[in-house]
Amino acid sequence: MKQISVFLENRPGSLFSVLDRLREWKVNLRALSLADTADFGVLRFIVKDPQTVLEQLKNENFTATLTEVLTVGIADQPGGLSSVVGILTKEGLSIEYLYAFVSPEGRGAYVVLRVEDYDKARHTLENAGIPLLENLSL
Amino acid sequence: MSPTYWDEEAEIIQEDNLRKLQFNRLQKTVNRAWHHLPYYRRKMSEAGLQTPYDLKSLSDLSRLPFTSKRDLREVYPFGAIAEPMKNIIRIHSSSGTTGTATVVGYTQNDIRTWSELMARTLAGGGINEDDRIQIAFGYGLFTGGLGVHYGAEKLGATVIPMSSGNTLRQIQILKDFNISVLCCTPSYALYLAEVARDSHVDLADTQFRIGIFGAEPWSEEMRSEIERQLPIQAYDIYGLSEVIGPGVAFECEARQGLHVNEDHFIPEVIDPISADVLPPGTKGELVFTTITKEGTPVIRYRTGDISSLIVSSCSCGRTMSRIERVASRTDDMLIIRGVNVYPSQIESVLLRFKGIEPHYQIIVSREHFMDTVDIHVEISSEIFSDEVKSLENLKKKILDALKGELHLSCTVKFLEPKSITRSEGKAKRVIDLRKEEDNS
Repeated sequence: MKQISVFLENRPGSLFSVLDRLREWKVNLRALSLADTADFGVLRFIVKDPQTVLEQLKNENFTATLTEVLTVGIADQPGGLSSVVGILTKEGLSIEYLYAFVSPEGRGAYVVLRVEDYDKARHTLENAGIPLLENLSL
Repeated sequence: MSPTYWDEEAEIIQEDNLRKLQFNRLQKTVNRAWHHLPYYRRKMSEAGLQTPYDLKSLSDLSRLPFTSKRDLREVYPFGAIAEPMKNIIRIHSSSGTTGTATVVGYTQNDIRTWSELMARTLAGGGINEDDRIQIAFGYGLFTGGLGVHYGAEKLGATVIPMSSGNTLRQIQILKDFNISVLCCTPSYALYLAEVARDSHVDLADTQFRIGIFGAEPWSEEMRSEIERQLPIQAYDIYGLSEVIGPGVAFECEARQGLHVNEDHFIPEVIDPISADVLPPGTKGELVFTTITKEGTPVIRYRTGDISSLIVSSCSCGRTMSRIERVASRTDDMLIIRGVNVYPSQIESVLLRFKGIEPHYQIIVSREHFMDTVDIHVEISSEIFSDEVKSLENLKKKILDALKGELHLSCTVKFLEPKSITRSEGKAKRVIDLRKEEDNS
């Protein structure tokens, strides 16, 4: 699944300026996370049509990029996330970052994962019978 | 490609003939200064020179007193003009980048000479009468616009006198008029490239082939960046209004330093502190003596520009000696906690990193009596990775390079593209908040 990442300068209003554009373009955010460092931030999110939104953002002079991430459904119960991470760890795969959310219907939870070796991680999860999602039309 | 001389006799003159010519013209200039420039005569007397004929050879030039920008400011507005005003047909004035303006006057002969020298300059970059030259230097008191203008007309090229500003129109003309040559500041060339990209104008399939850039110090890395973004060969030209304007020195197609028009200006390089004359190859402050100028002759004018003399022969065949490209000035040197740094050195380091945009600002301030430097650079989408650690790695590499090569400890802040204000003339690279504190 493709995730959009946007570089945010550390100043008041930089997050709002991205969000306000998305509102204007009627883009619904399906999942998001915000990473921060001492002087800049990275806003990561998943939308329905990432390629189009990326182009729109670039036209508006935002620094943005597409990243391939893995999205898996997990059981919304204790140990749900640990089992997925355990599978990757056993294969020596390291995780750059992840963010998770529960489905609105309460039927389960979802994890968006960024790993170092995408192909190997994908293969490993598929072999372990973990279903990967290709979109988030939840 | 064979070299394109505009004035072959002058450009490949034999050395001993050149020195004879220079000495002859120098004597005349010093004589004129003695009789018509009270401020300079006073300086000569103070230096123990009784008459202009105390000069016996060209090497006696080093006995003459220097002229500083301050000397010219003190006689503002017309005290540096050595002719009756009825013989002056044009006035120009320095851009005042670093303080009060200085005023220079030109006679008919001066304008003729200047046009000749600018024609040489443009021909040096391979420009000829078939070219269409868009001049985006400012027209007015600044010498850039009109200086290039007269030279380009002399050369017989087609001149489009755009002056500075109105970037969208500049781009439209560049494309619609099949322009082959653009003249402006290097920072403006980059801005123009950026605006062209944003407005989806592809300049690659146009006639555009040469850029003639000057009026601000720029680095070799900046040249590469300009040539990466525009389909051109970029040439550096050098000049300053106090000496004549553009046309003092120019790059030939070898682009290994700038040939000084030595039949009109004698270059020297001095130690900026001791004022001792330095040998070729040693960096110092450039000093020029005008030897044909009538309106405002200057003798041993200290430019504040840092360069060195190159006396070895050039592959283009021109015998006029060269100066290394001017990438910095004595007065833009920053002293950061006792370490001397030029903005151009910082630029060289920054532009080596892929994805760092050539738009940056150096902010110097003082906290608790300690100088701090904060470098703001724009990052491009091509380098942006969504992983925080790769951006932090990039930042660390930049900091290491600045520390390792320039002994500069600073912070680097990444900015979104286009957040630094673009300039249509000389770019503002340094914001020194220490000076503002001192002035208040």
